[in-house]
Amino acid sequence: MRAEQILHPTEAGLYCPPGDFHIDPIRPVPRALITHGHGDHARAGHGSVLATAQTLDIMAIRYGSDFADQRQVADGEIRVGDVTVSFHPAGHILGSAQIAVTPDNGPKIVVSGDYCRRPNPVCAPFEPVPCDIFVTEATFGLPVFHHPDPAHEMVRLLSSMAEFPERPHLIGAYALGKAQRVIALAREAGIDGPIAIHGALQRLCDYHIAQGIDLGELIPATAEDVPAQLVIAPPSAFASPWVQRFRDPVIGFASGWMQVRARARQRGVELPLVISDHVDWPQVIQTIAELAPAEVWITHGTEDGLMRWCELNAIPARPLRLVGYEDEPE
Amino acid sequence: MKAFAHLLERLAFTPARNAKLRLLRHYLDATPDPDRGFALAALTGDLKLRTVTPSLLRGLMVERVDAQLFALSYDFVGDLAETIALLWDTDRDEDVPLRQAVKLLSETGKSGLPAAIAEMLDWLGPSERLAFLKLATGNMRVGLSARMARMALAEMGAPAVADIEEIWHGLTPPYQPLFDWIAGGARPEHAAKAPFRPVMLSTPVDLDQLRAFAPADYVAEWKWDGIRVQAINDDGTRRLYSRTGEDISHSFPDMIDALNFDGVADGELLVRRADQVAPFGDLQKRLGRKTVSRAMLDSHPAGLRVYDLMFWQGRDLRNLPLTERRAVLEGADFGSDRIDLSPLLDFATWDDLAALRADPPSPVIEGVMIKRRDSAYVSGRPRGPWFKWKRDPHVVDAVLLYAQRGHGKRSGFYSDFTFGLWDGDTLVPVGKAYFGFTDEELRELDRFVRNNTTERFGPVRSVAAKLVLEVAFEGLNASSRHKSGVAMRFPRISRIRWDKPAAEADRLETLKAMIP
Repeated sequence: MRAEQILHPTEAGLYCPPGDFHIDPIRPVPRALITHGHGDHARAGHGSVLATAQTLDIMAIRYGSDFADQRQVADGEIRVGDVTVSFHPAGHILGSAQIAVTPDNGPKIVVSGDYCRRPNPVCAPFEPVPCDIFVTEATFGLPVFHHPDPAHEMVRLLSSMAEFPERPHLIGAYALGKAQRVIALAREAGIDGPIAIHGALQRLCDYHIAQGIDLGELIPATAEDVPAQLVIAPPSAFASPWVQRFRDPVIGFASGWMQVRARARQRGVELPLVISDHVDWPQVIQTIAELAPAEVWITHGTEDGLMRWCELNAIPARPLRLVGYEDEPE
Repeated sequence: MKAFAHLLERLAFTPARNAKLRLLRHYLDATPDPDRGFALAALTGDLKLRTVTPSLLRGLMVERVDAQLFALSYDFVGDLAETIALLWDTDRDEDVPLRQAVKLLSETGKSGLPAAIAEMLDWLGPSERLAFLKLATGNMRVGLSARMARMALAEMGAPAVADIEEIWHGLTPPYQPLFDWIAGGARPEHAAKAPFRPVMLSTPVDLDQLRAFAPADYVAEWKWDGIRVQAINDDGTRRLYSRTGEDISHSFPDMIDALNFDGVADGELLVRRADQVAPFGDLQKRLGRKTVSRAMLDSHPAGLRVYDLMFWQGRDLRNLPLTERRAVLEGADFGSDRIDLSPLLDFATWDDLAALRADPPSPVIEGVMIKRRDSAYVSGRPRGPWFKWKRDPHVVDAVLLYAQRGHGKRSGFYSDFTFGLWDGDTLVPVGKAYFGFTDEELRELDRFVRNNTTERFGPVRSVAAKLVLEVAFEGLNASSRHKSGVAMRFPRISRIRWDKPAAEADRLETLKAMIP
C-alpha cells in the first residue's frame, strides 16, 4: 500500500482510509484519533474518540463528559480497521501524544502532532519513534527560532519583578499547558509565594495538580485586590475589563513568538518571555536527522523554511497544507 | 554587553517614561566605567562610531546561510540586524565588555571590519548580538532622549538636571568626570566653549489670576509660535541649543552664520521671510535635519527674535533685573538682519492686554508672555516672575473612530482615541488623543468602546461612528504624511459630547480653513 493510501489530507483533516479514522479532525467525524487537548486539535462532537487518558480527561473538562458518543483510552498497540496504531509521548502538553500508524503492508507513518524536545515539568518527554514517514509541524520552521532555555526567561521575569516590586506582573499564557508550565518554571526559579491565576485557568490547574504536578500555592485573581505579584492569565484576558483591577501592571506574554520583536510589539507586551511548547528550528532538524525517515510531511506552520532545509539535505518532503490549526492555540 | 543588551531590550518594550528612567538608572548604578558612559552615549546618539552598512551585514550572511532561508527569515522578522542576530550560529555566549565592542567599532579599519564583526558575533549570545549590531548600525530606537538620560543621571546623586545640562556639552563619552562628580567628586570645568545654560521658564496664567498683580510691575510681549532657543557666540564658537540643551546648530547653518556678536541670547527661532513670520509647520521642516539643502535654506530661511540676554560682551547679566537686561538688549548690535527684537506691548490694564491677546497682528502668535520688570534670570520654572497667557485652544467636534488599549496605569483601558471629521459622507481620521479626560470619563469611554466595537485589530478596535468628541488643539500644520492633509499639535479631548449626533460633527474643510 502506498503512503497516500494510508494517510492523506481531506477537508476534515488527515484521513486514514484502511482504518477509517481521522487524526485531529477540524469538524465532526465518525471516528477521531486525537493527539492532544488543545482546542484546534481536540474538538467536540465526534462519534468516537481514541486518545490518551489525560487527553480524554482534558476534553471532558473543556467540553463536558459527553463530548463524544464513545471514548477509548489509547494504551499499547490498538487495531483500528486494517491498521495498527499506538500513542507515544510528544512532550508538548500534559497527555500529548504522537500517533504511529502501521499498516499490515506498507510504510509506517508517525503523526507527531505538536511536539517539543525540551524538558517540560508538566508532561512526559518526547519519545523518538522510528518510522518511514514522519509527519511534523513547522510552527517555528525558520532558522531564526532558537528558543532559549526557559530558565533564562524566568531570570528575566524575576529581574523585572525585583526592578519593579510595586507593579504586578501579569503573564499571558495559554490556559492548557503553557500556563501550568510557566507556574512550574516559576517554582523552579524560586518563586515560593502565592501565584494568582485567572478564573479560566482554575480547572485545568486543578487537573494538573490531581495528576501529581506540583504547582505550589495558587490563589484566584478575581478579588478587587490580588495579593500576589505574579499573575497568570490567558492572553484574551488582557483585552477584558478584568485587567483594570491591577495598578500599573507589567504585561508579559509567554510564547515562542516572543523571540521576534515585531510580534511582541504587535501584542503590546512589555515583558516578552520566549517560552515555547513547540520544537524550534534546531530541534525540528535534529529530530528529522535522528529519525532519518524516508520522507517528511509537514502539517502546518512556516513550512517553506523547513521545505527548503529538507531540499538542501536531500530529504523528500511535502507540505500537507492542513488548514484549521492555529499558530499557537488560545 | 549582557547588561547593555538587557537594558536595550527592556527599554524597547517599556512605554512609560518613569519606568524607562528607572531601568536606565539601575543600569548606570550597577555598571562600571567606562561601559556605562559608552552605553549612555549610544542611547542618546552621541557615540560616534564607524557606521556599518546593511550591505556589509548582508555580505556576512551570504557565506553562512542559504540565500533562500535568509530571505524567508528576513521577510518574517522584518529587521536586518535582528534577523542576523537570530540566525547567527554559535554556541558561545560570552559577556564581552561594551568598551571592547566600542573599541572594535571605532578603531577597526574598513577592510578589517567584516571579519572583526563576524568574530565578535561568534562570541556573543543572541540578545548581545542584536545589541552589538544595533550599536554597529547606529540605530537604537529605544525612545530615550538626551533629556531623559540627564534626568536619570540627576537621580543618581546631588547634581540636579539643570546642573548637568549646564556642563553636558563640554563632555565627551564615556563621561568619566561627570560620573565622578555624581559620586561626590569635583564639578567638571567647562571644557568646551559655548556651553548651554539652563533657561528660565514660565508658568501658565489666566485673567482671573492676573488680577491679583499690578500691571505696572510687568512687561508683556507676543508669544511667537516657533521654538525657544539659546543662541551663543562665545569668543567665536557659535552654538544654537534647544531649551532642553540639545545642540541643533547643524540644522540651522544660516542662523549660525548670523550670530555675529559676543554673548548668549535667549529668543524664539522662527522661519521668517522678509517681515513675515511663517507658521510653525515651516519651521518644523527644518528641525531634526543633519544637513540642510541649499533650496531649503532659500525657501525656509531661519530668523531669531531675541527677548533676553544672559551674557553680553563678557558680562553675566543674569542677576540683573529684567529692565536692565532689556536696556542692554535694546542697545545691542547683533550684526545680522536675521536677528531682531521681540517688541514690548503697550498696555495699562490687564483688560488692555486681554484685548491685544484676542486680536494678535499675526496668526503665528500663540498668546502673550508676561514678565516681572524686576525679575532676575533664574534657571528652571520659578512660580511667579514669568507667565505665559496662551490664546484659547482651537476646538473641533470630531467622531471617535478607533480606540487602542493603553499601557501601565491604563492597562486594560481603551485610552488612545483616533477621531475623524466628515469629508463628503465619509469620516477621515485627523488625529489621535490620549489625555484631556478624567479617570471617570476614561471609564465611560472604555465602556463605550467595548459596547460599540465593530472590528478588532490586535490591541485596536474600530467603533461604530456615533460618539462625538470635542477635541482641543494648539495649532495645525499642513501635512503630506497624514491622509487628511493636516496634523494637529497637542490634541486632547476637552469634552465628550454624549448629546451630539455624529452627523453634526465638524467637516474636514472647517479644519483645513484653520491652517495658518
